[in-house]
Amino acid sequence: MACVLETPLRMSVLSEVTASSRHYVDRLYDPDPQKVLQGVMLLYLLQQETSSTELRTECAVVLGSLAMGTENNVKSLLDCHIIPALLQGLLSPELKFIEACLRCLRTIFTSPVTPEELLYADATVIPHLMALLSRSRYTQEYICQIFSHCCKLRHWHSCGFKSSPQPLLCANGPDHQTILFNHGAVQNIAHLLSSTSYKVRMQALKCFSVLAFENPQVSMTLVNVLVDGELLPQIFVKMLQRDKPIEMQLTSAKCLTYMCRAGAIRTDDNCIILKTLPTLVRMCNKERLLEERVEGAETLAYLIETDVELQRIASITDHLIAMLSDYFKYPSSVSAITDIKRLDHDLKHAHELRQAAFKLYASLGANDEDIRKKIIETENMMDRIVNGLSESSIKVRLSAVRCLHSLSRSVQQLRTSFQDHAVWKPLMKVLQNAPDEVLVVASSTLCNLLLEFSPSKEPILESGAIELLCSLTQSENLALRVNGIWALMNMAFQAEQKIKADILRGLSTEQLFQLLSDSDVNVLMKTLGLLRNLLSTRPHIDQIMSTHGKQIMQAVTLILEGEHNIEVKEQTLCILANIADGTTAKELIMTNDDILQKIKYYMSHSNAKLQLAAMFCISNLIWNEEEGSQERQDKLRDIGIVDILHKLSQSSDPNLCDKAKTALQQYLA
Amino acid sequence: MNRLPGWDKHSYGYHGDDGHSFCSSGTGQPYGPTFTTGDVIGCCVNLINNTCFYTKNGHSLGIAFTDLPTNLYPTVGLQTPGEIVDANFGQQPFVFDIEDYMREWRAKIQGTIKRFPIGDRLGEWQAMLQNMVSSYLVHHGYCATATAFARVTETTIQEEQTSIKNRQRIQKLVLAGRVGEAIEATQQLYPGLLEHNPNLLFLLMCRQFVEMVNGTDSEVRCFSARSPKSQDSYPASPSLSPRHCSSNSHIHSTGKCSSRQGADSPSCSNGVTSTRSKQSHSKYPALTSSSSSSSSSSPSSANYSESNSTDSTKSQQHSSTSNQETSDSEMEMEAEHYPNGVLENSSTRIMNGTYKQEEILQTDESSMGQSPLQGCQIKRPVLLGGWASVCSGLGGSRWGEGLGEQLCREYGKNTTHKKMLQDAFSLLAYSDPWNCPVGQQLDPIQREPVCAALNSAIL
Repeated sequence: MACVLETPLRMSVLSEVTASSRHYVDRLYDPDPQKVLQGVMLLYLLQQETSSTELRTECAVVLGSLAMGTENNVKSLLDCHIIPALLQGLLSPELKFIEACLRCLRTIFTSPVTPEELLYADATVIPHLMALLSRSRYTQEYICQIFSHCCKLRHWHSCGFKSSPQPLLCANGPDHQTILFNHGAVQNIAHLLSSTSYKVRMQALKCFSVLAFENPQVSMTLVNVLVDGELLPQIFVKMLQRDKPIEMQLTSAKCLTYMCRAGAIRTDDNCIILKTLPTLVRMCNKERLLEERVEGAETLAYLIETDVELQRIASITDHLIAMLSDYFKYPSSVSAITDIKRLDHDLKHAHELRQAAFKLYASLGANDEDIRKKIIETENMMDRIVNGLSESSIKVRLSAVRCLHSLSRSVQQLRTSFQDHAVWKPLMKVLQNAPDEVLVVASSTLCNLLLEFSPSKEPILESGAIELLCSLTQSENLALRVNGIWALMNMAFQAEQKIKADILRGLSTEQLFQLLSDSDVNVLMKTLGLLRNLLSTRPHIDQIMSTHGKQIMQAVTLILEGEHNIEVKEQTLCILANIADGTTAKELIMTNDDILQKIKYYMSHSNAKLQLAAMFCISNLIWNEEEGSQERQDKLRDIGIVDILHKLSQSSDPNLCDKAKTALQQYLA
Repeated sequence: MNRLPGWDKHSYGYHGDDGHSFCSSGTGQPYGPTFTTGDVIGCCVNLINNTCFYTKNGHSLGIAFTDLPTNLYPTVGLQTPGEIVDANFGQQPFVFDIEDYMREWRAKIQGTIKRFPIGDRLGEWQAMLQNMVSSYLVHHGYCATATAFARVTETTIQEEQTSIKNRQRIQKLVLAGRVGEAIEATQQLYPGLLEHNPNLLFLLMCRQFVEMVNGTDSEVRCFSARSPKSQDSYPASPSLSPRHCSSNSHIHSTGKCSSRQGADSPSCSNGVTSTRSKQSHSKYPALTSSSSSSSSSSPSSANYSESNSTDSTKSQQHSSTSNQETSDSEMEMEAEHYPNGVLENSSTRIMNGTYKQEEILQTDESSMGQSPLQGCQIKRPVLLGGWASVCSGLGGSRWGEGLGEQLCREYGKNTTHKKMLQDAFSLLAYSDPWNCPVGQQLDPIQREPVCAALNSAIL
């Protein structure tokens, strides 16, 4: 090695060799510590102010070549603190040297093993990089590339192959998008879109797609940026033109998609419905590369996820639903025999293709019943979902569940295809020991399958769903808690006594109280809903109240006294009304003056819904034909209920008025 | 007309009531969404890959049909009384971005060209380019240039020089509108070629007929100087070149100058003229008979001369041999246009007869006072030439039809031939053939495909 380093001339020879021969590069980075020293030597030379610029440049080039090797190469270089050394190099006045350092940094930061945080460790780096953007087309290209690879935390599908879904927010400090934005990334990079160099334009475009993702602040800024007198969205639309390179069309479609989802462009804007959407559909075409088809489908799924009109347009564009069915035909049967390279390629992308297709199906069918029907009528659709649910790849399983969830919103499908294919079986399997992200969607699906009219309800119960759902309600994950309690609520609706008892037993009173004091209003609402469903039909009410009456009454009091919204209070009053419908359970209310005062209070509440709910309680309590009604009527008259009833019978609200009159009649009889 | 598009043969449609596509069939295939009042439906036929897709409100619905025929017309079918449809053929911007679609195809085709595999021939660019240039020169008969090119690049030319020259000469004849001569020359130089290529022969003959109407086939040299139509014809008629003359006279060794013309021009291609006048008697009947049954050995030059000949004896002779109907009409024609006949006869194939022509034309001008185109000074001579040809044209119609019939018998019905024939004869129906709906046939540019076809056939 020493002799290699003797002259810069030899160095340049080495750099050429390394760049062209991956094999050689890999050998340079041997586990042998002796050889790791080579990198250290190069770094040392690089950092020596006294070395000639030429030598230092060559060092950076060689290091860049080394970084092109395996991930282990990059790791070793990172261990040698190559990044601070290279960043230091950027302060040099020599452009050639700066470019070499940037090229090497680019290679290192684009590696999946490099933590993005390293770019942000020193606060002076980003401003310096922004300043370097004006130096040359190479600095522009490399810096944009570095930015777009170091801004990925919030990106769930920007690069279909590398990143898996990520948590939405970074743990501490402002996220990378904000840092870059605050340093003027938008202004500094926007004009690069009109660069004469294709690579620069492309990297700038990628940078914007990364910056705009789920970021309203950046997106709102982008729509108003002018480049050469044209607004940025118009420039993106021009880049969507069909004769532009596919990579450019796809990336600018992503930019527009992200800006749209971040609320900066309306979903009915022509640049979305007539440009972005059709471009993304075209990316799903058979003629495109597998990678492009994956990215196209994922981006389209994201674009249309929440807008039913976009879903409708996509569903009729270029036979998209049928086109997606091709995504399941990899590896194709021919390729296995004829072309081993092709088979390898197919296999690599098969999972990605399937998960992308499921994702897009899920978005397409999210709201429109007709589209769901069309999807299910696609050849082998249900079989494909069922297979997808048991695939080894978690990504495929997740999106298969998503797809199933989307389709499970259809009552008709629940009763037909879902039943025919016994989808509940693989679904229950998915729910065992799955990671949270899968569990969230799978349990949502289960909620739908447990609806009263679903024929899958019975077999799901028999396969131990109650236990599973009860355990979900204890999860740290809010979405899982909601889904767990929601599913239980659905399950309890018009259920037989045994199931209700099982639910109560499985949940335990402590857990029930835990849920009633949950910080999330959704959990609270569903728990109240569960209670309400449990407390229906008289024998069930008496039964449950005889065993859990005390706790339930406590909980109800607590909620009625607490700071809750109207819906929660209404739901609680409805529970009271149900309790009042019981035979023995009535006494729990009649003997509780505190509760009676509360009912009285809500009868005169300003909100009609709450008044009505309170009225239900009263009617149930004073109903004539039941035993002891006389005593209850008297007691209620004593606390002033009748006066209120008279007032309410004059109410302008017809419901209230009716209800009050009926109640008063009970007194007359 | 009372059936919806797509239900019948060669008809394709997308129906709004069920969203199905109909491909020449009463039963549709599920295709797209339904559409109704207020929707904008677009239809794009891609003539590159012969597919078609529809759009609804600017959204492409995907390919509906493949392997479409080329001659399609836009149609809209309406079922309910009082329905109104706005048709937009591009006078307003389309909702669907068709420009963008075309851009993609342009890029696609450019890409195909750019990526065209060179394979093993890589590195032989020089040779390939030379070969390309050389074969172009040879194909189009640029004999001297090709030889010079071959000499400089040290390559060889496959075809013999004389062959190139012959082809060149025949091509020039066709391009000058002198199809009759071209046919004759072809038969002399490449015996059997036209006999084995009846379709080509038919094409040539149709062209010849058109040229007669144009006045170029018979009078090209006489009129080229003054007629605006003939001016378009290719200059430097090969027949003027001495080489041509000699070869021609060699071919028509039997030819002698007719008594009237011979003295005028010893150097001109009198041989042709004489051949005509001499042979016509024997050949013309042969051709007419070909229409009845037997195939004529060499109908081309015979037609030509026959059609130009207005000598009463000749036609009488002719009519006596041909069937009654033919002779009848022929007689009629000749009677009608006798003055033209004179003109034509005298002008036929005279190189140096220009002054004569002038004279005749002038007399004709006066004699044809009633001509509808009298006012047009420049056009008149042309018209006269055309008129003259019309006279003979009817004669030509017989052989043309005859050959057509023969071809029909041999190869089954040929709609292309029928159309060709119909178009050619339609010229007769107009008083001013150049300004009629089928008048574009007379454009000299139309000679080029005929010329190319003949040249390719010889090669």
